[in-house]
Amino acid sequence: MSFGHKHILGMDQLSADDITRILDTADSFKEISAREIKKVPTLRGKTIINIFFEASTRTRASFEIAEKRLSADTLNISASTSALVKGETLEDTARNLEAMHPDIIVMRHGHSGAPHYLAERCNFSVINAGDGAHEHPTQALLDLMTIRDKKGTIGGLTVAIVGDIAHSRVARSNIIALNTMGARVRLAGPRTLLPTGADRLGAEVFTDIKGALDGADVVMMLRIQQERQGSPLLPSNREYSRFFGLNPDNLQRAKEDAIVMHPGPMNRGVEIASSVADGPRNVILDQVENGVAVRMALLYLISGGEKMAE
Amino acid sequence: MSPRETVILDEPAIGRALTRVAHEILEKNKGTRDVALVGIVRGGDHLARCLQQRIQEIEGVELPLGSIDITMYRDDLASRGSLPVGKTELLFPLENKNVVLVDDVLFTGRTIRAAMDALMDIGRPRSIQLAILIDRGHRELPIRPDFVGRNVPTATGEKIQVQFNDNQQPVEVRVCKP
Repeated sequence: MSFGHKHILGMDQLSADDITRILDTADSFKEISAREIKKVPTLRGKTIINIFFEASTRTRASFEIAEKRLSADTLNISASTSALVKGETLEDTARNLEAMHPDIIVMRHGHSGAPHYLAERCNFSVINAGDGAHEHPTQALLDLMTIRDKKGTIGGLTVAIVGDIAHSRVARSNIIALNTMGARVRLAGPRTLLPTGADRLGAEVFTDIKGALDGADVVMMLRIQQERQGSPLLPSNREYSRFFGLNPDNLQRAKEDAIVMHPGPMNRGVEIASSVADGPRNVILDQVENGVAVRMALLYLISGGEKMAE
Repeated sequence: MSPRETVILDEPAIGRALTRVAHEILEKNKGTRDVALVGIVRGGDHLARCLQQRIQEIEGVELPLGSIDITMYRDDLASRGSLPVGKTELLFPLENKNVVLVDDVLFTGRTIRAAMDALMDIGRPRSIQLAILIDRGHRELPIRPDFVGRNVPTATGEKIQVQFNDNQQPVEVRVCKP
């Protein structure tokens, strides 16, 4: 049984069967994190380099924990400590890393397509940990795992994604993944933060949170990036919060058993009220827990390579 | 069934072998005290449940039963690819238990090596014993079963298949020629 993917670059490369296989594998790996000895020897002798050109706490910690629990040898490079600040090109950095024979590179980069660029040119496997405003496939997979855990299924659910859709790689990966799995996707955000042609993404578009929440099974809030505040795109946090913030009142429009998700880091009081973020329907920390299992599953599956087994 | 396949054990024969193995486990451990059954996924877990039922019929005691998946402990990830990962469920502490590891077929011994590593990562049993339905020989590691349902001399290229029905009861053991 071969997984057939050497790289994980985006959700667009994964079929519904691939996704189901990843989630099933992640379910099995979840138990390891609950053990007293949280380690299995699966990736013993593999070298993994985590190279993060953008700030990250959660994703990077999650990848590193996943790698260590599978006994891989890991190495972290961040933008501030890398030769890129000395003017080295991405390709030269990659060539130099390649000469040290790593097995997998986990990369986050501010430019869309940077991981794809490496994957085309180098021998190692590449996992995209977020590229520009393009994709963040491991986030979408941990979101799917959380939805499947809580709802038993993904197909047929109505999922509302609310916030800065245009700049969100989390939204993009989730829209693709949810469509692949047969969920109905709704997008809501100020017109300035909706991508042009949002309706062509396979989603229903709302310019008001209320309509998007009506009868939703899953509410996925996105982070409002503070640096956009005061820009022409987003006049003020207070205004945003009034029209697009999730609060106990508008959450009543969603189904009674709806779950509330957030990829973090949260701006409490802006896109999500504290009482909702800490409320009974939030599954935000389940997302983080599932993130480790999903990343373990991906590392395991791509390490099996493209070879055919008996 | 193709002419290259031969049934070597049918359902009653498997049943008799398991009943004998259940008695042997009780005899060796002088009863059921601190004995636990752990089946290797997949196949061994079903057989471990059969042994648990038989021991309950004989002694009236329900032994702790667990299952262990060894996919993550295999030494052939590169050559076999990413096999599906099963579930490990050990809901009792292994400390001071005499664990009887159960598998359907013993061949090279590599699966058992992996299972012992996996058990040791989870806890520290007092001892590990090995119960096998079919021992087909060709060991590559110094591993020896304590309880054997049937010794079956085989050629390396042959395959042994233990068939289970929908209720996960063993119904047939076949030898398949290459």
